[in-house]
Amino acid sequence: MNILVSLKQTFDTEAKIAISGGKIDATGVNLVINPYDEFAVEEALKLREKFGGEVTIISIGGDKVETSVRTALAMGADKGVIVNDPALEGADECVIAEVLAKAIAQQPYDLVLSGRIAVDDGSSQVAVRTADVLNIPSVSSILKLEIEGDVATVTREIDGGTEELEVKMPALFTAQKGLNEPRYPTMPGIMKAKKKEVKTVTLADLGISDAAPKMNAPKYSLPSPRKAGTILSGMEAPDAARELAKLLHEEAKVI
Amino acid sequence: MDFQLTEDHLMMKKMVRDFAEAEAAEGAEHRDEHEEFSMDLWKKCGELGLAGVTFPEEYGGVGADYVSYAITIEELSRVDPSLGVTISAHSSLCANPINLFGTEEQKQKYLVPLATGEKMGAFGLTESMAGTDASGTKTTAVLEGDEYVINGSKIFITNGYYADIYVITAQMDKSKGNKGIAAFILEKGTPGFTFGKKEKKMGIRSSATYELVFENVRIPKENLLGQEGQGFKIAMQTLDYGRIGIAAQAVGIAQGAYEQAIKYSKERSQFGKTLSEFQVTQFKLADMALNIEAARLLLYQACCLASEHKPVSMYSAMAKLFAAETANKVVTQAVQIHGGYGYTREYPVERFMRDAKITEIYEGTSEAQRMVIAAHILRD
Repeated sequence: MNILVSLKQTFDTEAKIAISGGKIDATGVNLVINPYDEFAVEEALKLREKFGGEVTIISIGGDKVETSVRTALAMGADKGVIVNDPALEGADECVIAEVLAKAIAQQPYDLVLSGRIAVDDGSSQVAVRTADVLNIPSVSSILKLEIEGDVATVTREIDGGTEELEVKMPALFTAQKGLNEPRYPTMPGIMKAKKKEVKTVTLADLGISDAAPKMNAPKYSLPSPRKAGTILSGMEAPDAARELAKLLHEEAKVI
Repeated sequence: MDFQLTEDHLMMKKMVRDFAEAEAAEGAEHRDEHEEFSMDLWKKCGELGLAGVTFPEEYGGVGADYVSYAITIEELSRVDPSLGVTISAHSSLCANPINLFGTEEQKQKYLVPLATGEKMGAFGLTESMAGTDASGTKTTAVLEGDEYVINGSKIFITNGYYADIYVITAQMDKSKGNKGIAAFILEKGTPGFTFGKKEKKMGIRSSATYELVFENVRIPKENLLGQEGQGFKIAMQTLDYGRIGIAAQAVGIAQGAYEQAIKYSKERSQFGKTLSEFQVTQFKLADMALNIEAARLLLYQACCLASEHKPVSMYSAMAKLFAAETANKVVTQAVQIHGGYGYTREYPVERFMRDAKITEIYEGTSEAQRMVIAAHILRD
C-alpha cells in the first residue's frame, strides 16, 4: 500500500508569536511538524507495518521545511517530496491545494493522510480542497481507520458522537487527536533518515505556471493582552462571596 | 572550527528532550522519594536506541558520535539525573570496555544485547578499600583449569541488581599491584554471584546502587576481558570515556536547575517586582548561563576527541571536573533564588541539588580529576 502524508511545518505550539512590519515574525522560533500531521505520519507507518508498501511525505515550504520532513523520515517514513518555490510565498489555501494535488498525482497512491488542522493558521481547508482537486473522497477528523481490500472503514467525530463510514480508496483522510499516539523518532532512525531520498521540486517541475493567490492578508493583529486578575481581600468570607458573585454577574458577565 | 550542532544532533536533542519530558518528568519526584528504579523507562530508552548511541551498527549500536551520546545523557539528566546515570553507566562503563577490549565472540555475545538495550550493563571497580586508589583491590581471581574463580565484593555499583552483564576487576597477583589486576565479564545468575546492600543515597535515588558479592564464582576462561594484568589499564581507559557521560549528566543537572530558576524568577514577585527584575538575580542567572555554556563546550571538545579516537584522558577529566563543579554551583544558586520553597520538595531544584553532589565524587572525585590533569600537564 502506498500512503502519502501531506505534512506542514508549523511554529512550536509554545512559541511566542510576534508581529513585525505587518507580518508574523518567525525569528528564533522553533519549527516543528504540525502536531495533527504527526498523527497522520504515525497512522501511515502503522498501515505500512501491516500491509507493506511505502510512506511518502509531501510538504510545501522553504529550505527549513526539510528538517520536519527528515524528522518524519526518522520516525520511519520512506521518502520525501518538498515543493520549494519562491512563487509560493504568501500562497493561499486554494493555491496550496492545487500544488499539493499536482505533487500527489505524480506518485502512485492508495491513501492520502494529513492532519485535520494546522495549528498556525487553522484554516482546515488544504487537505479537503486537495481531495477535491484530485477528485477523491475525503473524510475529516478521523479517530479510527481500518482497511480491507480497497475499502477503508473510518470513524469520525461528529457533533455529540461518532460516525462510521465506508470509503472506497483511493481516498484522503485527516487525523484528529486520539487516532493514535505518535512514536518518537529513534536514534537509528535519525541516522538513517539522512540517507533517505528527499526530492525537491519547483512549480515548473509540476507544470504550474500561475500560483498567484486569490486572497491576501493585509493585516495581522495579536489578541489584546489579558487583564490582571482581581483579588478580593480584607473581607469576611460571606461578604467576599457576595462581592465575587456581583462582579461575575455585572463585570465579567459570566453568571 | 564549527561550534554548531548538526541537523542530526538537533533532531536527537529534540527527540530525547520530548521523550524525557513526556515519559520521565512526571514520575521523577515520586521515584526519588521512594528510591524506585524504573525498568519501564530503561526499556523505553532501549527501544529508542539510547542504550547504544556510540557503538558500531554491526554490534547493534547506533553508530553515532560522542556528541550524540553527550546530548542523550544531558537531556535525560535535565529532567531525571538518575535516568541519565543509568544510561551512562550502562554505555560508558560496561558496553564500552567490551567494545574497546572485547574479542569478536565477546562482542557478539555481550555487546550486541547491551547496545540494543535488550540487556543492561554495570561496572564493578570500587571496593571498600579500593576507591581512588584501585591498587587496594581485594577481590581475587584464580585460574583453575578452564575457569576463573572469583571471590570478594564490590561496592557502590550503579545499575547493580538490575543489570544483566557486569564488567568487574579482580586481583590475580598481589605482588604486581595494579599490574596484577584483570577484568572479567560476569553474568547475573552465575552461581555464587549475589547482591548485598542497597545503598540509601543523598541523591540520584532512583538509580540503583548495590554491593556485588562473589563467593567462588566460576566463570569460563573466555570471559577474561583483554589480557591478565591488563585490568587496571582497561578500568582507567573505561573511566577516561566514562567521564564524558558524567560531565554530560552534570551539564544536564545544571541546565535543568537553571531553567527552573529562570522560570521561578519570572513568576515570583517581591517588593512589587519579579525576582528576574532585580539585578542581584540577573547576575546569578548570567553566571549560571556562562558556566553551563563553558562546561558544555569543554564537554563537546572531549566528545570530538573521543569520536576521532584521539587521546581523551585530560579533556574528559577537565570536562567532568568543570561540569561537576558548575552543576554544584548552579544548583546551589537555583535553590537560593527559590528561597524557602527551594528547600522543600515542592520544587525540583531541591532534588537537583541533592543529585548534583555525586558528580563531584563518582567516576573519579574532583581531586582525582585534578590529579589526572596535573599528570598530563607536568608530563614533559
